[in-house]
Amino acid sequence: MASTTPMTFDYAPAPESRAVVDIAPSYGLFINGEFTEAADGKVFKTISPSSEEVLSEVAQATAEDVDRAVKAARTAFTAWSALPGSERAKYLFRIARIIQERSRELAVLESLDNGKPIRESRDADLPLVAAHFFYYAGWADKLAHAGYGPDPKPLGVAGQVIPWNFPLLMLAWKIAPALAAGNTVVLKPAETTPLSALFFADICRQAGLPKGVVNIVTGDGSTGAELVGHPGIDKVAFTGSTEVGKAIARTVAGTSKKVTLELGGKAANIVFDDAPIDQAVEGIVNGIFFNQGHVCCAGSRLLVQESVQDELLDALKRRMRTLRVGDPLDKNTDIGAINSAEQLARIRTLAEAGEAEGAERWAPDCELPSSGFWFAPTLFTGVTQAHRIAREEIFGPVLSVLTFRTPEEAVAKANNTPYGLSAGIWTEKGSRILWMANKLRAGVVWSNTFNKFDPTSPFGGYKESGYGREGGRHGLEAYLDV
Amino acid sequence: MSDRNDRLSVLKTYKLFVGGTFPRSESGRVYEVTDAKDRWLANAPQASQKDARDAVVAARKAFGGWSGATAYNRGQILYRVAEMLEGRRDQFVREVADAEGLSKSKAGAQVDAAIDRWVWYAGWSDKIAQIAGSANPVAGPYFNLSSPEPTGVVAVLAPQDSSFLGLVSVIAPAIVTGNTTVVVTSENHPLPALSLGEVLATSDLPGGVVNVLSGRTAEIAAPLAAHQDVNAIDLTGAAPELATELETAAAENLKRVVRPQPVDWSADPGTGRMLSFLETKTVWHPMGV
Amino acid sequence: MPTTVPAYGKEAAERLASMADVTASDGALRRFLHGLPGVDAVGLQARAATLGTRSIKTTAKAYAIDLAISMIDLTTLEGADTPGKVRALCAKGANPDPTDRTVPKVAAICVYGDMVATAKEALASAGGSDIHVAAVATAFPSGRAAMPVKLADTRDAVAAGADEIDMVIDRGAFLSGRYLEVFEEIKQVKEACARPDGGAAHLKVIFETGELQTYDNVRRASWLAMLAGADFIKTSTGKVAVNATPPVTLLMLEAVRDFRATTGVQVGVKPAGGIRTSKDAIKYLVMVNETLGEEWLTADWFRFGASSLLNDLLMQRQKLRTGHYSGPDYVTVD
Repeated sequence: MASTTPMTFDYAPAPESRAVVDIAPSYGLFINGEFTEAADGKVFKTISPSSEEVLSEVAQATAEDVDRAVKAARTAFTAWSALPGSERAKYLFRIARIIQERSRELAVLESLDNGKPIRESRDADLPLVAAHFFYYAGWADKLAHAGYGPDPKPLGVAGQVIPWNFPLLMLAWKIAPALAAGNTVVLKPAETTPLSALFFADICRQAGLPKGVVNIVTGDGSTGAELVGHPGIDKVAFTGSTEVGKAIARTVAGTSKKVTLELGGKAANIVFDDAPIDQAVEGIVNGIFFNQGHVCCAGSRLLVQESVQDELLDALKRRMRTLRVGDPLDKNTDIGAINSAEQLARIRTLAEAGEAEGAERWAPDCELPSSGFWFAPTLFTGVTQAHRIAREEIFGPVLSVLTFRTPEEAVAKANNTPYGLSAGIWTEKGSRILWMANKLRAGVVWSNTFNKFDPTSPFGGYKESGYGREGGRHGLEAYLDV
Repeated sequence: MSDRNDRLSVLKTYKLFVGGTFPRSESGRVYEVTDAKDRWLANAPQASQKDARDAVVAARKAFGGWSGATAYNRGQILYRVAEMLEGRRDQFVREVADAEGLSKSKAGAQVDAAIDRWVWYAGWSDKIAQIAGSANPVAGPYFNLSSPEPTGVVAVLAPQDSSFLGLVSVIAPAIVTGNTTVVVTSENHPLPALSLGEVLATSDLPGGVVNVLSGRTAEIAAPLAAHQDVNAIDLTGAAPELATELETAAAENLKRVVRPQPVDWSADPGTGRMLSFLETKTVWHPMGV
Repeated sequence: MPTTVPAYGKEAAERLASMADVTASDGALRRFLHGLPGVDAVGLQARAATLGTRSIKTTAKAYAIDLAISMIDLTTLEGADTPGKVRALCAKGANPDPTDRTVPKVAAICVYGDMVATAKEALASAGGSDIHVAAVATAFPSGRAAMPVKLADTRDAVAAGADEIDMVIDRGAFLSGRYLEVFEEIKQVKEACARPDGGAAHLKVIFETGELQTYDNVRRASWLAMLAGADFIKTSTGKVAVNATPPVTLLMLEAVRDFRATTGVQVGVKPAGGIRTSKDAIKYLVMVNETLGEEWLTADWFRFGASSLLNDLLMQRQKLRTGHYSGPDYVTVD
C-alpha cells in the first residue's frame, strides 16, 4: 500500500458507472405512444461533448412527422382533458416517482449527452425534475383553487421547444404544468441533447400514460419551426435564445396561440462591502460556473462595490483555482464540458472580443482534456458597460467584473440591459436587500444566494428575457384558458 | 372468518399507536368490538386519561420536526401513505365492511376514496401557503408578507360513523400543514383506525405526528379538551352534548375548535379543515438603502 | 501578503504586537470583532455539504486514512480514567494496529492534567516518545473557575511534561460581550505554557462552538483567540450536545486562512467531538485541502480530537489492504 500512496492529497478518479444506463444505437420519434422513424427516414447523431463519442442516432422529424404528432396530441386531448383532475394527478405522481426511482440512470445519461458534471445532474437536475412533477401533480385536482376562476379549462395541444442546458429539467418545466392543467403536448428537445426526453417517453410508458398525451419529436431548428408554426397547436412554450424567441413571437402574430417565452439573460450579481464575503464568493462561483455557465439566469456580470473589489477578487481567484474541470462522470468534477463545438466557438469569440476591447482576462491554470469541448473558468476585470462581454449573453463560464460606488449606481448598471431575467444581491443589511429588489427590473432576485430553483417558485423574465412564468401557482396560467 | 376452512387463522392483537410505537393501554383495559351483526371481531384497547396524556407528550415532541420539515417532504410522506395503503387495500376493505356493515364493493369504494384523499392532501402541502398567504401592499416603505403556519398539537375526535374515509378526512388536513395530532377513533368501529397506525408507521411519517387512541370517546376526549398543551380540537366525533362540554373546556386555553357538523365524506373536501388549524404570521421589514 | 511564521514561533509575538491597537481596549476589540465580515449560515452550510460530496477513492483514500491517523489526538477525558486506561491508550497511539507496523502513529495523547506524567512514561516505554501529550486545562470542560486556579491547572500540566495545552475559554464572558477578559485569559494561559528551558507547550484554545451558537460568534472567537496567541483553535470539548460540525470547522479554517493573510501568522485547527468514522474524517481533510491547501495538511496544523475514530480508520485501512470488510474484532479495544 505504501508504495502506491501519493505524497499529496490528489483525488483519484471517482467515475460514476456508465453501466447504469443502456443507450440504444438509435431512437425514433415518440408519437401516439410508439417509437417511429421519421417520414423520410433521416437521422442525426448525438454525441457526448466531453469525448465527441457518438452516443446514438436520432430521427430528424419532418413537417409530416410534426403534423402526425400534433394530430395524436389533438386526439388524446379529448379524453385527457375530460379525466377528473384527481386521475391526471395520479398519472403525474406516478411519473414523479418513476423519475425518482430512475434518477441515477437519468443523471448519468444527462451528463453523457449534455456534458454537465454528474454532481450537478445527480444533486440538482434530477431532484428538481422529480419535484416539479410532484408539485404539478398536486395541482391537477386543485385548479379551482389556483385563482383562475372556479373551473379553469386547458388550452388544448401545447407545442414545446426546449434548450440543451438542462434537458430533462426544461422538459419537466414544460410538460408537468401542461399535463396537470389538462393539455396534451408535443415536445421538441434540443438537437444536441435529445436522449433524456426519449428516455422520458419510456417513463410515460411505465406510468401507463394514455397514448398521445406526450409526444416527443426530435430534430433541429427546422423541426422546432414546424412545430411552432403548426396551425393545430393552441399554445407555444419556448425556452432558448432571445433571437429565436423573437422569431416565434413574429410567427404566432395574428393567431390565437398563447405563448410563453423564457429567453436569455445577463444577470448582475451585486456585492456590497458588507457582504458575507466567503458566501458571496461561493455565490459568484455558483452563479457563473454552475453548469459551465450554460444558464440563462447565470450571474454573468459581477457588480462589486469599489471598496471591496481587491479583497473580493483575491478571494474569488483563490476559489477559482480549486475548481475541478474535467470528466463529467467523475464525481469530483465541478465544471464539465461545453455542450457543443458551436457553443464553444461562440464563447471563444466573445472572450476574444473582451480582450480586444481592453478588458483583462484571467483564468486559473487548469489542464483541459484533449478531446471534447472545453473552456476554462474565466474572469474579465476592467470591464465597462460598453464592452460586448458586459452586454451580450456568453452562455459559458466567463464572468465580467464591473464596479459601482453607491446602491443607486448598482441599480442603474444592473438594469442597463435589454434583458431582465435575474439578479443577485449580497449584503448583510436586510432593508437594502428589499430596496434593491424593489428597484431591479428582473423576474427573479436572489439575495445572499444565487441560482436557486424550486417548483413552487415562479421563474421568468422581464423585457427581452421573455414573458410568462414557469413554476409555482403562476406557472399554471400559461396552460389555462384564462 | 377464513376463506379456507382447513386452517385456523391467526388473529391480530389491535394496539394503540403512540409516538411511533404500539403500546397496549396503560390501564390494561380492552373492550369488545363487533361487526354490524354483533359478531365479535376483536378486543380493542380502551385508552385512559393517562394514555391521552402520553399521546399529547408524543405529539408535542414531534411538532418541531414535523412543522420544520419542508412542505415537499411532508407531501412526499403523505403520498407514501397512499402508496402503502394501496398495497393493503384488501385488509382495509374487509375491516371497513365489517365495521360499517357494507358490501365488499361499497367498502372498496370507501377505501379507494380514502387513498385518493391522502393523494389530494399530499398535493396541498406546498400549495396551501400559496393560496392562504399573501404579499400585502401596505402604504409605506415596507415589505409585508403573510404566511400560514401550523397551530400545534391538534386533538381530533374522528367521526363515529365513517370509520375510515371519515377518519382519513380529518387526520390528513390537520397533519399536511405541519400540525401533530392525537386522534380518538370511532368508539364502536376503531379497527380501521388502529390498522391505519400500522400503515403510518411504515410510511416515513415521524413517530408522534399521528397518535391513535381507541376507547370511550367521552373518557379520552375530556382530558384532551382540557389539556393546556393542546392547541386545537376537532369535535367531529362528539355527540352534541359532549361537544358543548368539550368546547367549554377548550376555552380555558383558547383552543381552536372545529364544531361537529354533518359532512358528506365522499364530497370534495375543500380547504376548510386545513385552514382551521393554521395561524397567519405577518412579517414586516423596512425597504431602504 | 506578509511572510508566514508559525503561531508558536518567536516571531509570531512581534506580528501580533502589530495588531495591538485592536486589542488595546474592550471598545476597540469589540469594534474590530463586530467589524469582521458576517457569515451567512445557509451559504456556509451549503458549502460544507458540497465539499462533503467529494468522492475520495483508492490511492487518495489510502493517503487520507494515513494522514488522518497521524493527525489524531487520541483522547480519554473521563472521570473514571486510571493510569491503566491511559497506558493502554498510549500503547494504542504508538502502535495502532499490532498486525501492521506500517500504520503511522497518532499525533498526540490527550488526557486530563493529572495523567500527563503517566502518559509521558507510557509513551516512552511504548516507543512513542515522539507522540505529544496534550493536557486539557483551565477547569475543563466548563471553564468555570477563578483565574489563579486555571493558571495553576495549566502550569501543573506543563510542569508534568505536557507538550500541548487544550484550554477552554470562558463562554459566559464571551457571550456577555466581555471580549477583553477572554483575550487576557488566553494571553495569561499562553504565558503559563512557558517552560523553564525557554520552550513552551503549544496552546490550543477551545471555544465550545455548540455553546457559542452562532457562526458570527465562532468567527469572532477565532480572531479573538488568534490575536491572543493561540497556536491552535479547537471547536469543542466533546462534552456538550453539539460538538465539531463541518460548517463550524470550515468557518474556522477560513478564519485561520484570513488571519495568516493579514498577519502572516499560521494557526492550526482542531475539530473535536463526534468525528467517529473514516468517511467523516476524510470530509474534514477535503475541507482543509480545498480551503487551506497542503500547508495545513500535516499534524502540525490540523488535528482530530477523537477516540473511536482511530479504530474505524484502521478497519478501513485493512479493507483497502485486503479487499474485504474488516470487523471490530480485528482492531484492539483499549
